[in-house]
Amino acid sequence: MADENGKVAVQTGLVFPGGSSLSEVERAVPSDEPPPWPLNAELSVVGKPFPRLDGPLKVTGAATYTADVRLPGMLHARVIRSPHPHARVKNIDVTAAERHPAARAVHVLEHMRGGAKLRDPKQETPSKFPIVRYVGQPIAAIAAATPADAEEVMRLVKVDYEVLPFVVDLEEARKPDAPRVFPGATEQPATAGGGGAVPNVPQQGNVRGPTKTGPLGPPRGDVEKGFEEAEITVENTFRTAVQTHSALETHGVVADWKPEVLTVYASTQGTSTVRDELAEVFGLPKGKIRVVTEFMGGGFGSKFGIGNFGVLAVHLSKKASAPVRLMLDRKEEHVNGGNRPSSVQRLRVGAKKDGSLTAIHLTSWGTGGTATGAGAGNVAKNMYACPNILIEESDVFTNAGPAAAFRAPGHPQGAFALEQVIDELAEKLGMDPLALRDKIDIDEDLGGRNVDSAARRMERKIGSQKFDWARRKPAGSDRGPVKRGLGVAQSIWYRFIDLDASCEVRLLRDGTVEVLSAVQDIGTGIRTALAQVVAEELGLQPKDITVRVGDTAFPAGVPSGGSRTTGSITPAARNAAHEVRRRFLADVAASMGARPEALSLKGGKVLLGDDGGRGIPFRSAAAKLKTEQITASRSRAHDYGGFAPGRPGMNMGIGGFGGVQFAEVTVDTETGIIKVERVVAVHDCGRPINPLALESQINGGILQGISYALYENRVLDRRAGVQLNPNFEQYKVLGAREVPAIEVLLLEEYQGRSSTDAGGIGEPATVPTAAALANAVYNATGVRMTELPMTPARVLTALAAARKGAQ
Amino acid sequence: MNRFAWVTPSTIEEAVGALEPGALVKAGGIDLMDLLKEGLIAPQRLVNLRAVEGLDRIEEKDEGLHVGPLVTLARLAANPIVQGRYRALADAAGHAATPQIRNVATVGGNLLQRPRCWYFRSEAFVCKKKGGGRCYAHGGENAYHAIMNNKTCAAVHPSATATALLALGAKLRIAGPTDAREVPLETFFVAPEVDVMRENALGAGEIITEIVIPYPPSEAGSAYLKQGEKESFDWPLAEVAVLLERDGNRCKRAIIVLGAAGPVPVRARTAEAALADKVIDDATARAAAKAAVQGATPLEQNAYKVTIFEAIVRRTILAARGNTA
Ligand SMILES: Cc1cc2nc3c(=O)[nH]c(=O)nc-3n(C[C@H](O)[C@H](O)[C@H](O)COP(=O)(O)OP(=O)(O)OC[C@H]3O[C@@H](n4cnc5c(N)ncnc54)[C@H](O)[C@@H]3O)c2cc1C
Repeated sequence: MADENGKVAVQTGLVFPGGSSLSEVERAVPSDEPPPWPLNAELSVVGKPFPRLDGPLKVTGAATYTADVRLPGMLHARVIRSPHPHARVKNIDVTAAERHPAARAVHVLEHMRGGAKLRDPKQETPSKFPIVRYVGQPIAAIAAATPADAEEVMRLVKVDYEVLPFVVDLEEARKPDAPRVFPGATEQPATAGGGGAVPNVPQQGNVRGPTKTGPLGPPRGDVEKGFEEAEITVENTFRTAVQTHSALETHGVVADWKPEVLTVYASTQGTSTVRDELAEVFGLPKGKIRVVTEFMGGGFGSKFGIGNFGVLAVHLSKKASAPVRLMLDRKEEHVNGGNRPSSVQRLRVGAKKDGSLTAIHLTSWGTGGTATGAGAGNVAKNMYACPNILIEESDVFTNAGPAAAFRAPGHPQGAFALEQVIDELAEKLGMDPLALRDKIDIDEDLGGRNVDSAARRMERKIGSQKFDWARRKPAGSDRGPVKRGLGVAQSIWYRFIDLDASCEVRLLRDGTVEVLSAVQDIGTGIRTALAQVVAEELGLQPKDITVRVGDTAFPAGVPSGGSRTTGSITPAARNAAHEVRRRFLADVAASMGARPEALSLKGGKVLLGDDGGRGIPFRSAAAKLKTEQITASRSRAHDYGGFAPGRPGMNMGIGGFGGVQFAEVTVDTETGIIKVERVVAVHDCGRPINPLALESQINGGILQGISYALYENRVLDRRAGVQLNPNFEQYKVLGAREVPAIEVLLLEEYQGRSSTDAGGIGEPATVPTAAALANAVYNATGVRMTELPMTPARVLTALAAARKGAQ
Repeated sequence: MNRFAWVTPSTIEEAVGALEPGALVKAGGIDLMDLLKEGLIAPQRLVNLRAVEGLDRIEEKDEGLHVGPLVTLARLAANPIVQGRYRALADAAGHAATPQIRNVATVGGNLLQRPRCWYFRSEAFVCKKKGGGRCYAHGGENAYHAIMNNKTCAAVHPSATATALLALGAKLRIAGPTDAREVPLETFFVAPEVDVMRENALGAGEIITEIVIPYPPSEAGSAYLKQGEKESFDWPLAEVAVLLERDGNRCKRAIIVLGAAGPVPVRARTAEAALADKVIDDATARAAAKAAVQGATPLEQNAYKVTIFEAIVRRTILAARGNTA
């Protein structure tokens, strides 16, 4: 690869509905990368809305998801799970199961993957089997000929438990004399599948923390001093519930162990991370493992690893010498598929009378069951300008299923607290909440966060016009039992980039163009985005491009987490397509009697100079190729201008992504029912590649946010540790009738950081929704909702308390 | 789920004959499947009623409306006669469950479905309804449980159509091993204090063959309102059916039924009395609503349901007034 970087002038800044603010900067572009694209307005397919290429396959049922994979001789597996929240397994008797005529393999789990581990395993009495720490923890698995057989065989496995004391309630678990989930201090090392907690954190009982240095850096300034300088202080305590990922497709694999190669069809967000974890667990060279995810039904952060179920399936396949299908059912998915930890956040913010912030102090704790990850402080730390910030976060272990990364970990929780306190501060200061935010935007560089703040300012401006924010009335001023309110909240997210992002582009002599990458389409539409990028480079249409993704046999693909897929993989596709284009034009130039530089690709043709668009069709030109195919494989380079300093190993770019959401709700004060009427969402994510898919992501983020705000709540019985709502009937997820009018406005934000300059949207889209709703509920009723979900029970209780207080 | 035999009779006699011990009737199969999957029932045989002639009719005759037990909730909700004179029933059927479920679920099955209490439905808890010794909702997670008559068992009765049919004064026709019988819905449901293991008086081997709703008196109107946490795919926190018989502005007779309030549908008789002979307006509806929840005995987490019921009773009374012919 060439390492000489040429200086190139790039336009940066914002293009928004009705205007733009742009300037030119110089960027060093690697010499083997194409020159930066102009603004979207000057491109033909990138930045234009395209329905997803695989839409018809999905809606007709022709798309093959992992659950649809059927291999010859395939067996069906079931997992034996603990009915106890805390227990020592004394004995596992599999003889009856093995004797069942339909049984083909039985495997007992030797190690638990995922969640926290004792720092010193010797602190626990040795046990032949992993200690059970939650109801639903996997113990063993069996494989049989049919699903019905598998269910029968599963029931024949006899497990003897010695039941131990347990705790599932967050506040109970914090008490010094609470039953211990782990008998000593813990660590949560990262695996190829993700996870990982800050090491060497003090632990008292079930409470691990507080940590004051999160992954994004140490405290700022001196909060004590900051509060002394404050002329006004706002403080409140906020609570959020445990939310399960509830992806439509559950976790699952079809594992096919063969002596030459292990093939695993997996519902995963990371074909490569699953492969790497399999290599780790089974001691196989990565080259002997193939992971395939042709279509995927969502993961929201919970599907990076092979999981215990996947390990079990591979063992069963190996033992039975046959492919094994193991899909979790909905109940297993709820109890063991990961979750967003709960939170309790005590947040205190100090400010001057002009609104400028002097101190932010957040103390938070929450439970991710047997896993860490309950931190909620990044929003408070990164959203606004404040010289003194202290975040103290603790994990509280409980005997419940382990948390997993979930769409913007910690952020919807953090925004729910911070954005309500900012709203309250604005009211106390007699300022409009938007005017206060104008005041506390970040104008220091701080790794590009000033650029981010500038986007937010524009988003507030155009969003408030669209939403007609000016009609907002004072809080609680509506008469009548049904009250209307308007609220606003902001989102913040980061620019994560993965350098293990590669694509191969092929041009065949018949004009076929293929793009190949191990990257998986988890439902966000990366297939279509790749087709657009390659089509743009070759002067074609997206439908002319065959996209093959989701297979580790193809060049390395980025795992889809941290909203980094589009920003990481599209530059690789463009770079590869550009190289194919260069060699293609070199090949055909001779036959056209022209110099390659005089040729261009546009509208499905090879054009010679300014010949009025006559040219020759792409296909005819391809027929002149000297070889059967031209192929180029390229990777993602570092961001032009480098990554943000001071965060080694994170590949975190300069600046970030975010948005502003405005919500309009009605609150029926007689029933406590909140109805969301309208949401206006203004977001930025670099250069939009496919605005239609982007809108879908934002719609989805808002809907998941509403669902989180109003309905979702994992309910555990305190006396048995059992989840009472492991279904979609009593675990409530919003449905069609709860969908408000949503209007999405997109900012194009050009930063000149890569050959496509694309960013990510999945996570920022869901960060502010619950907070915006809560602020709107306050505006409607004059009563602050400090706990999620905002159920009728909580709304009625809060209203009654307010009435009482007023008397 | 266990293995079972599958029979498809074509007459009521055959169906009754097929109901040997260990056999269960299957109509739409919605609730039956849930119970099978959770291991709460393990029938040896399922008797599918789908092919039995004449069980899916809706007919209005002189004395009233005859509804076959196999009529789906979707058909019931869309029927113009039901929407007209039996409005509460149309609205109850039309707001239960989801469009997909309503296309399959039958009114007979809806009346006879088992409660959705999450302790009853979880194999992890052997509650009183399953022969155990306690009600786990007491002192447990009871935000969605009964606010009335909840001492023995705190599950709420799940059927929307039961709430409406009770208000409309319906009767059930039942066939069985012995003679056919007719039971007013009023006496069909069984309180947990009588027998906690069942919710109704359908005997072993019996089949509901018809639901008969009396023709409403002149100047009568009915209404049904459901309040769930959300509108799609959710159960009621409160549901209310009201039948109002009027004499001009005055209420001659009112029947007020609360669903999702107790282990069986609850007649709010004090509320009915409070309304009798009064001019129906916001104030009297409000007073009746207050009376309806007077004796409520909410558990630790569900006092909010009392507030919601009060609002929904008032709104349903006013809606019934609006629906009066
Ligand atoms: C997500 C969800 C939400 C729901 N929400 C609601 C709601 O809001 N309100 C509501 O009312 N319901 C609701 N339901 C319940 C649903 O309406 C019932 O399960 C359905 O009506 C049952 O009818 P079925 O025909 O499928 O009955 P089946 O499952 O076939 O039968 C149910 C029971 O009745 C017996 N049976 C059926 N027909 C006869 C007969 N003619 N004679 C004798 N015995 C018979 C069966 O043996 C069985 O015991 C919901 C269900 C789900 C899954």
